[in-house]
Amino acid sequence: MTGQLVPAQAGAPAAESGLMVRAEQVHKSFGPLEVLKGIDLEVRAGEVCCLLGPSGSGKSTFLRCINHLEKINAGRIWVDGDLIGYRERGGKLHELRDKEVAAQRQAVGMVFQRFNLFPHMTVLQNVVEAPVLLRRAKKAEARDRAAQLLDRVGLGDKLGAYPGQLSGGQQQRVAIARALAMQPKLMLFDEPTSALDPELVGEVLDVMKNLARDGMTMIVVTHEIGFAREVGDSLVFMDGGVVVEQGNPREVIAAPKHERTKAFLAKVL
Amino acid sequence: MTTDETTTARARPEPIKAVPVRHPGRWAAIAVLAVLAAMFVHLLVTNDKFKWSFMVDNMFRPPIIEGLLRGTVVMTICAMLLGVSLGVVVAIMRLSTNPILRVVAWLYTWVFRAVPRLVLLAVFGNLGILWSRIEFGVPFDTQIGQLFGIDNLQLRVFGFTSRDVLTGFVAGLLGLALSEAGYMAEIVRAGIQSVDEGQSEAASALGMSRGQILRRIVLPQAMRVIIPPTGNETIAMLKDTSLLLAVPYSVELFFQLDAVGKRTFQIFPMYVAAVFWYLFLTSILLVGQYFLERHFAKGYGRTERARIRLRTIAAETGGGGGAGGGQ
Repeated sequence: MTGQLVPAQAGAPAAESGLMVRAEQVHKSFGPLEVLKGIDLEVRAGEVCCLLGPSGSGKSTFLRCINHLEKINAGRIWVDGDLIGYRERGGKLHELRDKEVAAQRQAVGMVFQRFNLFPHMTVLQNVVEAPVLLRRAKKAEARDRAAQLLDRVGLGDKLGAYPGQLSGGQQQRVAIARALAMQPKLMLFDEPTSALDPELVGEVLDVMKNLARDGMTMIVVTHEIGFAREVGDSLVFMDGGVVVEQGNPREVIAAPKHERTKAFLAKVL
Repeated sequence: MTTDETTTARARPEPIKAVPVRHPGRWAAIAVLAVLAAMFVHLLVTNDKFKWSFMVDNMFRPPIIEGLLRGTVVMTICAMLLGVSLGVVVAIMRLSTNPILRVVAWLYTWVFRAVPRLVLLAVFGNLGILWSRIEFGVPFDTQIGQLFGIDNLQLRVFGFTSRDVLTGFVAGLLGLALSEAGYMAEIVRAGIQSVDEGQSEAASALGMSRGQILRRIVLPQAMRVIIPPTGNETIAMLKDTSLLLAVPYSVELFFQLDAVGKRTFQIFPMYVAAVFWYLFLTSILLVGQYFLERHFAKGYGRTERARIRLRTIAAETGGGGGAGGGQ
């Protein structure tokens, strides 16, 4: 697995502030249940941000808000300077059309806990589908790029296989290649290793480490403390819909300041 | 020493040769069925009112074969094509984010599933009574014209005489296809909803639009759920073409058999002929359905998954059976 997963320019900061993601006072409720109670977060371009926290703390929901899979009830989220899901005009918020939301999502890749590969397509078709459909890329070019990407995640020999014929770790690596094929500025990982057998976790984390090294901006919801410590540039600990503590992952993990962080880390370490 | 023997002796034990469980019930059932079958054959052979030779002589007459081809086979194909296409459209409307389309789709399925096909066919067959001419244009044109003081305002784009268009075949086709669309809409909707939510989520995260997700991701996966009941619907449709009697449309299998029976006062032999014809036709469809289902179950069913697992194990243990690879 050598070679770059990301073209060189991807790591360069695009917004003048150097911020890839900025979230301000994000609130989200499902019916009467308030899941996010005012999340503030800043992620610089090229940074790897790890979201930690007990289940039900709202970290996955927050991740899904960033590409507008969930609509937020209050607050603002910007990705690379673009307000997500809305347009501000004359002091008023206007909802974006489905097409505009889809266009915003093209710049943000997402990897799911359950892989969600398309089972009726081969590995290669899974990766080629979106670029050909949305980027109007030439089929042959898209195929070459997809084959390259799959080679780099170590699956160059599985192009013709169907997802059902692959192990969980292989499926998740295809899912990462599928997201990268759209050449996103930002990658979101929603517990990418939680559905995997312990022996398969390493191969997926390796791909993610390579991606981080190549300068991709990443937000990773994970329970892998080792990954956060080794690769993370920042760590955000969430509980009960709020950010409890954040900072340098090595410092936070070694010496958590907050009681809840201490209790959580004591259980998972 | 005995313990030593049991732990060290690794000789393969003798294969099990056990006395199988007896099934006296099966033999009793066979005996009862044999008697019943003999009674049935007795009934068929000894009653000369069946007029077997008359039946065979008459069930292949040209008008009957023509009715079979046009009224039964062609009508089934046309009604299913139209019904399935319209059904897919109604199902998509039903799942749309547009509340008006949702209500329209619900109304459609409600009406066309609530009214019996026989009644629908009678209604469509007799629409000519209501309107001798069918025209398309601005609704309430004359009434609106009077409002503005124009007498007899006519804003019609085109029209035709009922008798030209609502012939037996078209009226029957409309009745059958519209009713079929009501059922197909529900089948397609169930198929679409059976596809895992994560699929459309992954696709929208890639930036695909709702239409693209439906066309490229959801519908192909829904086919596996949609195909088997559609096969059943086709078989049901083939049988329901006999209802065309209500239109009435005469170039149809049962209409023709019935007519021969009534004309020759040999009603029963011709009804038996109808039973044989429908048995024959549906059997062909059953064979087709078997192969179609096998095709669309590819990569899913229990047997397929077991085969893949076996192949992986074989590959891991160094056995043959080439691992991976496309289909």
